[in-house]
Amino acid sequence: MDFGLSEDQLLLEDTVRKFLAEQVPIERVRELRERDCPYDPEVWAALAELGVAGILVPEAQGGSGLALLDAALVAESLARAATPAPFLATAIMAPVALKAVGGGDAEAWMSAIAGGELVVGVAATELFSVREDAGVRLSGGKLAGKAMMALDAHGAGLLLVAVDPTTLAAVKTDAPGVAIERLKTLDATRCTAEVVFDGAAPEVVFEGAGEAIRRMLEAGRIALAADTLGCCESMVEQAVAYSKERKQFERVIGSFQAVKHMCSEMIAEVEPARSLLWYSAHSFDAMPDEAPLMACHALAHLSEIGREIASVSTQVHGGIGWTDEQNLHFWFKRIATARHLLGGPEFLRNRAAELQGFAPAA
Amino acid sequence: MDLEIDARYDAFRKEVQGFLAEHRPAGPGGGKEERVAWLTKLIEHGYWARTIPEAYGGFGAEPDLLETVIMDEEFNKVGVPRGMMAQGPSMLVPTLLAHGTEEQKQRYIAPTMRSEIMWCQGYSEPGSGSDLASLQTAAREDGDDFLINGQKIWTSSADISQMCFILVRTEPDAKKHDGISYVLLPMDTPGIEVQSLRTMSGSIGENSFNQVFFTDVRVPRSNVVGQRGEGWKIANTTLKHERSALNANAEGTWIRLARLMEKETVGGVSLMKSPVYRDRLMRLQARALSMKHHGMRMLTANLKGESPGVAGLIVKLQNCQLNFDMAALAIDVMGELGALYDHTKYERGHGYWQAHSIFSLGLIIGGGTAQIQKNIIAERGLGMPREPKPAKA
Repeated sequence: MDFGLSEDQLLLEDTVRKFLAEQVPIERVRELRERDCPYDPEVWAALAELGVAGILVPEAQGGSGLALLDAALVAESLARAATPAPFLATAIMAPVALKAVGGGDAEAWMSAIAGGELVVGVAATELFSVREDAGVRLSGGKLAGKAMMALDAHGAGLLLVAVDPTTLAAVKTDAPGVAIERLKTLDATRCTAEVVFDGAAPEVVFEGAGEAIRRMLEAGRIALAADTLGCCESMVEQAVAYSKERKQFERVIGSFQAVKHMCSEMIAEVEPARSLLWYSAHSFDAMPDEAPLMACHALAHLSEIGREIASVSTQVHGGIGWTDEQNLHFWFKRIATARHLLGGPEFLRNRAAELQGFAPAA
Repeated sequence: MDLEIDARYDAFRKEVQGFLAEHRPAGPGGGKEERVAWLTKLIEHGYWARTIPEAYGGFGAEPDLLETVIMDEEFNKVGVPRGMMAQGPSMLVPTLLAHGTEEQKQRYIAPTMRSEIMWCQGYSEPGSGSDLASLQTAAREDGDDFLINGQKIWTSSADISQMCFILVRTEPDAKKHDGISYVLLPMDTPGIEVQSLRTMSGSIGENSFNQVFFTDVRVPRSNVVGQRGEGWKIANTTLKHERSALNANAEGTWIRLARLMEKETVGGVSLMKSPVYRDRLMRLQARALSMKHHGMRMLTANLKGESPGVAGLIVKLQNCQLNFDMAALAIDVMGELGALYDHTKYERGHGYWQAHSIFSLGLIIGGGTAQIQKNIIAERGLGMPREPKPAKA
């Protein structure tokens, strides 16, 4: 019995972190943010070679066949480095959904994902939040309507569209009647888009895919929580490091209790949240009955502590923290945006209450 | 990560459930005899003192993370405490196991776990609170004995304890951290005077809080734990245990809170139906689950003999605040009735939550204040520099 990471998991984490430190330093992220979509295909290809793209893809389809906890460690590492990459939709959500629906097409797409040849976007926002009359309909075998805040859709080859809670359509992005427009967010390291369908023909429509969609959202929420955890870690580390260098009143500011207590309060939130996240990710594979609740709590909780840590770690830096030059904002903005991608904290907590019978099911 | 519940654990869970079904009505009684009988029964079945060697009156099992989790979960479900939260079992016993002589272990551990011997902690002094190492209570050598003179304060349970583990200055010429010894002192020794302090909870009986005066109190030198002058180091092990003991079962408290919310009504409608209160409850659940799983992570590190680093240092700070916040929601849920006190008409559960709120505030301060915890976290956990000492005038 063991609550912690294995040797293999520590090695995986170490490998990814070293790769990112060498290949995608923050200077590179600054360059990439100028692009239409900041995902660098070369970096993604290299990450695919490391096994990152296919981390959840079964070995039979050329993937690593690892568990969500392993994938969460990668998500955390990518976030620590503020790496722009289509990891959430392509490497987490799509393989979970495709494994659940199964079949030849799904297997072929998973192989392509693992090989780094296929980026898959996911459009599922309208399952939990409909704004601006968004929503996708399927009639006569054709898709119509619009999906907002589709994840990693920009630059993708394939889209998985949750038409309703039990219907998942797979449609090629170059099919006639598909228009993708990036919706820029505060976060320059993540690509979200609006997808407008006007009579587009899906490759496949998976009916009765309720379980696949549910699992896809759970995995996505846990991975997104891991992303925010990675951002928090990085911001606390940067704040502590800065406090040991910066001098005022002839002392390093880290020797002032006011500054120490800011840093202590942040790390005191980060470490238990890490424990919550490990358990949540582990439950996804080992105790799937617990995963729906744990996924809601993990993402809601990380979003809440993330907002506070993003603010306080910036404050530790003083004026320089508020500049573009200091780079801290990459993480601040990544945390701020992640909060709203797969259901905000209020939605997730209400869902958590529903799951326990405390609130009437929607 | 391996939390697999195999058949052995299923059987263990059934065994615990069976025990609770059979024995729960007998539960912990009010008087000392009932309490001792209940703890003795728990030890016999291995639900208390589980990993303490049989030679010292424990159950003698190997430490096992999942067994601990299962016991806690099952006891929480029926709302029965698994053992006794007191300074003897949670602080003195681990210290004796680590530093005590064979004779000290034989003599004290078993009766302490059964609560036949109650302990108080003689640490704080009027002039030495957060700066504990500045303590002045002196133990002067006199033949084979020490003679203790001085004063302790904030001494919980001193009036009902048979023993005290006390920090005294035995080497007045040594540096402040090197002159302290950790001594086991019977409270019926002549020269000890206990004066109760009324706490903010208002009643002396509920939260025993005292100051203790020592005048030529004679104690054998063999009652020192560890070496003379090593008391500070040993006290730190004790404080570490105190801080992890304050883990305080966040999940059990949360379950109790959720039940209260379902039961309490305003205008005939359960508070659980209010989205506002429910959102607060869910926020607290995430924190309680975090601390539960964090506890499992810390326990794993303990069992492997690994230092959990900064992750271990934050436990006291977080758990104490969480407990206070859970009590705060409970009181808000009761609304006007949450303001009732002193066993007034309509008061819920004999004022459990009101008492819990005030008690948990005490725990935020006791055992090293939240602010001292934050200094420790920053300096030992994050490597931030110590506050420079003011230049001597």
